[in-house]
Amino acid sequence: MGIDLPIVWACIIAFGLMMYVIMDGFDLGIGILFPFIKDRTDRDVMVNTVAPVWDGNETWLVLGGAGLMAAFPLAYSVILTALYIPLALMLLGLIWRGVAFEFRFKADEHHKPFWDIAFMGGSIVATFFQGVSLGAFLNGFEVEGVRYMGGAMDWLTPFALFTGLGLLVAYALLGATWLIIKTEGPLHDRLVTLARPLMLVLLAVIAVVSLWTPLAHQQVADRWFTLPNLFFFAPVPGLVALTAFLLLRSLRTGDPGPAPFVLTLFLLFLGYTGLGISMFPYIIPPAITLREAAAPPESMGFALVGALLIIPVILAYTAWSYYVFRGKVRAGDGYH
Amino acid sequence: MFGLTALELARIQFGFTISFHIIFPAITIGLASYLAVLEGLWLWKKDTVYRDLYHFWSKIFAVNFAMGVVSGLVMAYQFGTNWSYFSSFAGSVTGPLLAYEVLTAFFLEAGFLGVMLFGWHRVGPGLHFFATVMVAIGTLISATWILASNSWMQTPQGIEIINDVVVPVNWFEVIFNPSFPYRLAHMVTAAFLATALFVGASGAWHLLKGDNNPRVCKMFSMAMWMLLVVAPLQAFIGDQHGLNTLKHQPAKIAAMEGHWENTPGEGVPLILFAWPDQAAEKNHFEIAIPNLSSLILTHSLDGQFPGLKAFAPEDRPPVAVVFWTFRIMVGLGLLMITLGLWAVWRRWRGTLYEGRWLHRFALVMGPTGLIAILAGWYTTEIGRQPWVIYGVMRTKDAVSDHSALTMSVMLIVFIIAYFFVFGIGTSYMLKLVGKGPEAGEEDPATDNDDPGQSPARPLSAAPDLNKEA
Repeated sequence: MGIDLPIVWACIIAFGLMMYVIMDGFDLGIGILFPFIKDRTDRDVMVNTVAPVWDGNETWLVLGGAGLMAAFPLAYSVILTALYIPLALMLLGLIWRGVAFEFRFKADEHHKPFWDIAFMGGSIVATFFQGVSLGAFLNGFEVEGVRYMGGAMDWLTPFALFTGLGLLVAYALLGATWLIIKTEGPLHDRLVTLARPLMLVLLAVIAVVSLWTPLAHQQVADRWFTLPNLFFFAPVPGLVALTAFLLLRSLRTGDPGPAPFVLTLFLLFLGYTGLGISMFPYIIPPAITLREAAAPPESMGFALVGALLIIPVILAYTAWSYYVFRGKVRAGDGYH
Repeated sequence: MFGLTALELARIQFGFTISFHIIFPAITIGLASYLAVLEGLWLWKKDTVYRDLYHFWSKIFAVNFAMGVVSGLVMAYQFGTNWSYFSSFAGSVTGPLLAYEVLTAFFLEAGFLGVMLFGWHRVGPGLHFFATVMVAIGTLISATWILASNSWMQTPQGIEIINDVVVPVNWFEVIFNPSFPYRLAHMVTAAFLATALFVGASGAWHLLKGDNNPRVCKMFSMAMWMLLVVAPLQAFIGDQHGLNTLKHQPAKIAAMEGHWENTPGEGVPLILFAWPDQAAEKNHFEIAIPNLSSLILTHSLDGQFPGLKAFAPEDRPPVAVVFWTFRIMVGLGLLMITLGLWAVWRRWRGTLYEGRWLHRFALVMGPTGLIAILAGWYTTEIGRQPWVIYGVMRTKDAVSDHSALTMSVMLIVFIIAYFFVFGIGTSYMLKLVGKGPEAGEEDPATDNDDPGQSPARPLSAAPDLNKEA
């Protein structure tokens, strides 16, 4: 077969994770924004903007896990073992938040404040540990042959804690810009005001990560700062600067519409691309490549058939459900 | 924690999370088919009882489905976090099978679940029925992939081991491995049985409260018919599964029977009660029926099958647990058959809806389908020990290198979170059951003004608690 299966699968998993970050990112962001928006009606509106779509968003996370196991069993086992604690806390945060999401609406009146706190806490815990896991992944893993040799707490580094906080900012901005599309009135204006500082902090986070990784890892520095790579990759930071500028400008207008959200997505996509450039072709940095961690072609090929048949259906369905729920959400417009 | 090793703690954590998980899919499988039958009967007979029951059970189905999805999220990651050497060694087989399960489940959710839960007034009756049937078929396909993966770990074939990694050479052999058809039939039937007992107990609860409207009577009656047919069928399938296990995993059968060694020329007794002692290699307090085990397993009075002593001590499963979980499963199975027979006798006498003792019995039997499923899984999974892939990889070689401390802390965190989250979910589901099916029961989308809009989340198909009060 002329298909390079490890690369195809790496693209599918990278696409799945990107979809996850984009789609679950903004609905986690809504929970993260709860401390800034105290009014109950406003909170209900915020939650209602994602109510019809959020659990489809988590589809991509499950797909990512199963896809990684099928295509790169070695990476699945090493990375997940190394990140056992942060990933378990992330999953529990997601479960907690998912249940809180529903019971915010379904519980008795006097239990509702509790579920608000649970929803906020779950969103923050899930996002923070997702960011920590990302940071720990970028830091790399101590591996000998196919065994993870590091300790249970190796993930706990200043860099990982920083990426944890960074992801909170990123998702908060995604959430705020999503809500700018979906809301109106005072809540809308409040979110526009919130989005500006969030955007600046996120830019600072991106800058710090962009400097920290090449300084800490020679491999990353070599990838970016040698010729001719420097010329190929120079557009990435350039585009980040341009996107950030456009984003700030769009936030000056009264109702910026979907522009800030789309620009934030593009910003995160650029960040994601940057990380891809830094990491390729390693799947367990700094030692094991995609090809070394790949499952036998018999496994990758077999699973690929299903993925290629079904992922387009999931995408089509997702697009359709966003289309159905387009437009602003007003107070009292429950889906409940 | 309690002097347990990291390996034991990892096994407890897996057992704990998967025990919670399996309860929900089992009811999902059973209810999906039940809903398809109800809707089919409504379309055929135009009796509103069936339509009302359909709407009532679809709300409970929605909550149950959501719980299954949420508890399944952890399972997709646990193979890597806790069983990394298993995953790097055999992920090439179980990974694609799990990926297919996930894809099937999402395909189903994306395509038909929304129509089924929210589409009653949006699509024609034929199309709606089609969606329900597709959801029911989807749950069965999902179960097929998971059981193919599990059965392959019990009776592996279709592979080669190259450079310490399992390479699937024949996917047909991998999927259709020797124990797969038996395990699939046994589990799907168990899901139907557990659902029938759950539905039956719900009906019995309302009958005992004096609420004997036609909907309650109908669901109780349907559950009792189902039990009458399926409980004995399950006993037959279980027996066939046992014969298959004897052929492929004789040590498991020896542990289930508490059978240590053969006496030359004598048949093997069926042990009703005993306390197997692994260290002393014998049973204490044994009560047995001579030759009955031989008759069941070899179809002859003095037939013999290998005892535990025929296997090296390090190749024997923990006998006492397997011995007892098997007896719990079989004992509950016999009670289920009894309930089915009792109900048909009352029905024949024309007093199905009056017998209070029958209703009390049916109510108590409500959770036993799920308990039997758990006991059966403990029997087959613990009976597979000390292997994770039978004869190929030992469990102790599969576990990640976490410390006992890490495992203890995480286990406690999981236990607290699970009891809280699924406790609330389950109590909510039971409250819905307690409300009982009403006449003219409507689907949740009816009070929505704009017919173009409906949420895709299954849980939102269930009503709010504060609106009920």
